Amino acid sequence: MTELLDIEDLRVDFGTGREAVRGVDLRVGRGETVAVVGESGCGKSLTALALLGLAPDGARVSGSARLDGAELVGLGERELRGIRGDRVSIIFQDPMSSLNPTTRVGTQIAEMLAIHTPMRRSARFRAAVELMESVGITDAPERARQMPHELSGGMRQRVMISMALAARPDLLIADEPTTALDVTVQAQVLALLRERTRDTAVLFITHDMGVVAEIADRVAVMYAGRVVETGTVREVLEKPQHPYTAALLRSVPDPDRPVSGELPSIPGQVPAVGEVVEGCPFSPRCPRADDACTTAPVLEAGVACWHPHTDAQTEAGAEDAR
Amino acid sequence: MNRRTMLIPLAVLVMYVVAAVFAPLLAPDDPNAVTLARRLLPPGGGHLLGTDALGRDVLSRVIFGTRISLLVAAGAVLTGGVFGVAVGVIAGWRGGRIGAVIMRLVDVVLSVPFFLLAILVVAVLGPSLLNVVVCLALVRWPRYARVAHSATLQARGRGFVTAATATGAPAWWIVLRHVLPEVLPVAIVVGTLELGLMVIYEASLSFLGLGVQPPTASWGSILSDGQQYIASAWWLAAFPGIALFVLVLAANLLGDAARDRLDPAKRTEIPKARRGTRRQARRQPA
Repeated sequence: MTELLDIEDLRVDFGTGREAVRGVDLRVGRGETVAVVGESGCGKSLTALALLGLAPDGARVSGSARLDGAELVGLGERELRGIRGDRVSIIFQDPMSSLNPTTRVGTQIAEMLAIHTPMRRSARFRAAVELMESVGITDAPERARQMPHELSGGMRQRVMISMALAARPDLLIADEPTTALDVTVQAQVLALLRERTRDTAVLFITHDMGVVAEIADRVAVMYAGRVVETGTVREVLEKPQHPYTAALLRSVPDPDRPVSGELPSIPGQVPAVGEVVEGCPFSPRCPRADDACTTAPVLEAGVACWHPHTDAQTEAGAEDAR
Repeated sequence: MNRRTMLIPLAVLVMYVVAAVFAPLLAPDDPNAVTLARRLLPPGGGHLLGTDALGRDVLSRVIFGTRISLLVAAGAVLTGGVFGVAVGVIAGWRGGRIGAVIMRLVDVVLSVPFFLLAILVVAVLGPSLLNVVVCLALVRWPRYARVAHSATLQARGRGFVTAATATGAPAWWIVLRHVLPEVLPVAIVVGTLELGLMVIYEASLSFLGLGVQPPTASWGSILSDGQQYIASAWWLAAFPGIALFVLVLAANLLGDAARDRLDPAKRTEIPKARRGTRRQARRQPA
């Protein structure tokens, strides 16, 4: 059986070789939640936008991304429109800017229904209220008549989730959906997403390792426009193989073990978009780098590294860090 | 300008509209009734603003002239505005090469001298009320196209436009529903500011004989008639001039006020909250 989403060597190029996404390989199975993690600017959001043809003007997308075996890259606007919102939905980071500030939220959900369903005008608003109820908004009939700014951040994101799931898509892309929210609200929204996407595949983009542990089945770690490590949540979070993943996990503060002194961080910086990367992109920041790293490693057995951490080493490394 | 001072130009404008609509009721005489026996009478007496070289009542002619001025100005602003906004939004939305070509065309049209084009249009189509409107719209639409273009580019970057695209909404829907509401306020501001200019342009064309043809009264043509008698019969040029001046001033003040209200960046009024803090600051000892 083919995977629901199969991304192969996806590249986004801003012209004259300024690549922001440099060959992403990623698979999402039916009903599976895959988290994509990485620092700002590693190309995780752009990868998601490219899938729906939403990459910014001037960006050239190449490679392959197949949804249910059908190619997405290079589709025309008309074909994309049939997929957007219907088979693949997306939730953005900031629910305030994703809603039109001059229109009642219920009307905005109803407009979404007008595009995807043959419902009559009168039925649409009622359906919108029901959708709002389904994502746990209390007093939905009143809320539907309110303007976006009258709703809290969490409620706005609930509205966005209800819109994204309205047409029962096969795949939901969630682009840092909880980043702009308070921590408590974040937990509620995550719970809602988990509950409402049991049968929907989710591509969950985040930089928060805590969120990954909370929601994902599998993880893909991205660095400088490439996937450097993939695996199940347990594998990646407990036994990271790639030095970058290991370093990333070390830099997450552990509430049970207060840090004395400085928080651990990764020295150096992510290569800029368009910077020519020869060999392993992480090698300039990597403690394990050597001559072998001047040639680029390929993603094999879940990791793209010449010197991956093995089990024993990870333990040792973890001890060192403590 | 605050809300109260905005009412004054608005009231003046309404007065002009009333004068134009009810011209036959307000005018004391037929504006075209020639009475050679009563020619070049000074203001006062039977004719409040005097009479012209053909003995026609100047007040009546100025009142009827308001009709032409407002009709042409409103017509030019509407046609030019609608066309310009459409072009600007299309150029901004499509972007890329198509957008660039359209906007360069806009630059070209903006560089055409107004009176040259006016003479051309009149030469080809002949002078008439409709052709004056066509001519003005033809020259002024690029103004609207420019602001509509930049407002569209801005709207295109808004999150809800991307979000709407991501829900599979067709482009025309997004443009009508999400982009146009962002563009219209700026276009309305430009339109209000253009209104005064259109009044002047219409008068200029009529003054040159390229506009409305005699005996129809237009401020421009009354001025032009009066020009020969400027030394002996000042009232012929003075009164249509004053009518023109006050209307243009009112339109410009209203345009400024509209811009201030709709564009927070250019707001000249200090927001209330900040006024409070300033007062507090003053209260503190230096």
